[in-house]
Amino acid sequence: MQKKVFQLLVDNTAGVLSRISGIFSRRGYNIESITVGVTADPKISRITIVASGDDEILEQIEKQVGKLVDVRDIRELKPGESVYRELVLIKVKAAADKRQNVISLVDVFRAKIIDVAPESLIIELTGNQSKIDAFITMLEGYEILELARTGIAGLGRGIENVVYIED
Amino acid sequence: MIGADAIIKCLEAEGVETVFGYPGVAICPFYNSILDSDIRTILIRTEQNAAHAASGMARITGKPGVCAVTSGPGATNVITGIATAFADSIPLICITGQVNSALLGSDVFQEADITGAVESFVKYSYLVRDVNDIPRIFKEAFYIANTGRKGPVLIDVPIDVQNATINKFKYPEEISMRTYKPTVKGNAVQIKKVARELEKAKRPIICAGGGVILSEAEDELKLFAEKYRIPVVSTMMGIGAMPTRHPLYFGMVGNNGKAYANRAMNESDLLIMVGARVADRAVNQPDLITKGKILVHIDVDPAEIGKNAGPTIPLVGDADNIFLDLMKEEFSCDSAEWLDTLNGYRQTMKKERTPNPAYVDPAAFITGLSEKMAEDGIYVADVGQNQIWSCGYHIVKSGKFLTSGGMGTMGYSIPAAMGAKVAAPDRQVIAVCGDGSFQMSMMELATMQQHDIPVKIIVLKNNYLGMVRQYQHFTYQDNYSVVDLSGSPDLEKLSAAYGIKFLRLENMDKCDEVIDAFLKEDESMILECLIDPMDLV
Repeated sequence: MQKKVFQLLVDNTAGVLSRISGIFSRRGYNIESITVGVTADPKISRITIVASGDDEILEQIEKQVGKLVDVRDIRELKPGESVYRELVLIKVKAAADKRQNVISLVDVFRAKIIDVAPESLIIELTGNQSKIDAFITMLEGYEILELARTGIAGLGRGIENVVYIED
Repeated sequence: MIGADAIIKCLEAEGVETVFGYPGVAICPFYNSILDSDIRTILIRTEQNAAHAASGMARITGKPGVCAVTSGPGATNVITGIATAFADSIPLICITGQVNSALLGSDVFQEADITGAVESFVKYSYLVRDVNDIPRIFKEAFYIANTGRKGPVLIDVPIDVQNATINKFKYPEEISMRTYKPTVKGNAVQIKKVARELEKAKRPIICAGGGVILSEAEDELKLFAEKYRIPVVSTMMGIGAMPTRHPLYFGMVGNNGKAYANRAMNESDLLIMVGARVADRAVNQPDLITKGKILVHIDVDPAEIGKNAGPTIPLVGDADNIFLDLMKEEFSCDSAEWLDTLNGYRQTMKKERTPNPAYVDPAAFITGLSEKMAEDGIYVADVGQNQIWSCGYHIVKSGKFLTSGGMGTMGYSIPAAMGAKVAAPDRQVIAVCGDGSFQMSMMELATMQQHDIPVKIIVLKNNYLGMVRQYQHFTYQDNYSVVDLSGSPDLEKLSAAYGIKFLRLENMDKCDEVIDAFLKEDESMILECLIDPMDLV
């Protein structure tokens, strides 16, 4: 089993997301995260999918998703040639006596506190997955009340990895 | 002009001559507008068969077959037909009526989320929201259905969209789809590689799948095989890609195929798999076709290549283009010794049957029938033991062999034969089914009579769901469960009830004369053949 990050450029048609996720569910492929957002061209959306499987499965994922009518382009975002980011929001239980400890942890990770309540804090952290995993590990001594992760978004580095879409 | 008129104009622009279907309120605007057109409408008796009939038509014309049904149960009934076409890559356009778009999602009467339900069985689907999108959507749908790897496209049209006034109707001349561009031309470097490997090969073989027929590459395949003296085997869907009695053709592969065909494929040192999925029934041990040999996999769908077997040389493109390009390469291929070996296998590995003389021997009957059939006759096999006998003993001359290979949908033969006959009224069309599959589609006898579609039907009657009975014979030691077809109608009386001529063959004594009588006139007829209930394929 290995993980791959795929970047997709798709036409913004009704049902495009269910068509893509349908391929994963009916062919039994593992999807770890999926993020979707419109690109600079409002007719096109960018989807970042993290999928896992052996080499053959990952090749099939690329081909089966790639042949969907709405999918304009699919390619792997290779770790060395790309940047990945994920955003996480974490609500931690922290009354006044524990608040300072959490804040120092937040500083170490260059996270941000975006909400303070008498009994809790909401922390925002952006980074690659390992940084976010590490931060969550460091919070183990505290009670995490709620946690929301976006899944990763990524882009290839440099100008040679840009995908141009003709009209 | 309203949306429904626009749909008809689109169908006319695509050269559609026939629509198979079943109306309901949600598709009534369409069926009202079609009255002003020359397009022929055929009222099928259940919606699944509308898709099968359209499939039979598509397989003869090479253009998408069209069916139109209503919302809700009409749409859900057609799903099996769509899935059957999808599994065999048959181009279909399926138009479904839908409830008023303002009510979509509120579970009103006869509402079904059909675009959602068929998602995994269509090449693409549309839900038309704006009447002005109709021309573009139909243009795209016909293009998607019949290019690249062909397949069904469903267009769901809410009744208010069918009734809405369209501003300006203009059928697009050009297609512009940013996202859909199938590869049809083979990569030149890969083609050269194949030629170099063929030159070195001692035991080359071609395995032709349904893709060869879908790309109308039968002539190119034959020319290529003859030019380099390369033997050919086929999958079930590839039957008819080469004439059965061509000296270079060695039969169907797979667990229901010829033993010598499988042996030939397994012992080859270079296998050209073309237009075939390498699915379990054709190749149940994919490692046998990859180990110790060069596997060249040609398919228009890149996702098929490497899905079930890892090829040495992948080659994406349309079969006819690729054969033509391969023939431009200058090389020689010495296969004389290999052909001798294979002809030896063909002589010594024949399957010996011991037919019961009290009944019709399906093998001898089917061979006898196909010898007497017209050169370009169309033979439509159903699913079950009858299908395996048909695959094993039917002789394709220059005609076509149609069957539901991928999905194995019982009841396919009668509606598909009707579609074929509508497409080619001057050709002989014969549906061969069992007594189980016949009863799945016998309501279409009325359609045949109403619309004057003279299909000939053969029922191989053994009073069992024979294929399952055979499975239970081997797997459950004759513990038969739910396979007995007692209660089946008297086919002679049934034929009379529909006003169709009837013949019966009880054993082989009068086989020749009964076949002659059956084939004599171009009229619908049912021929019942009594088969030993215990016969095995």
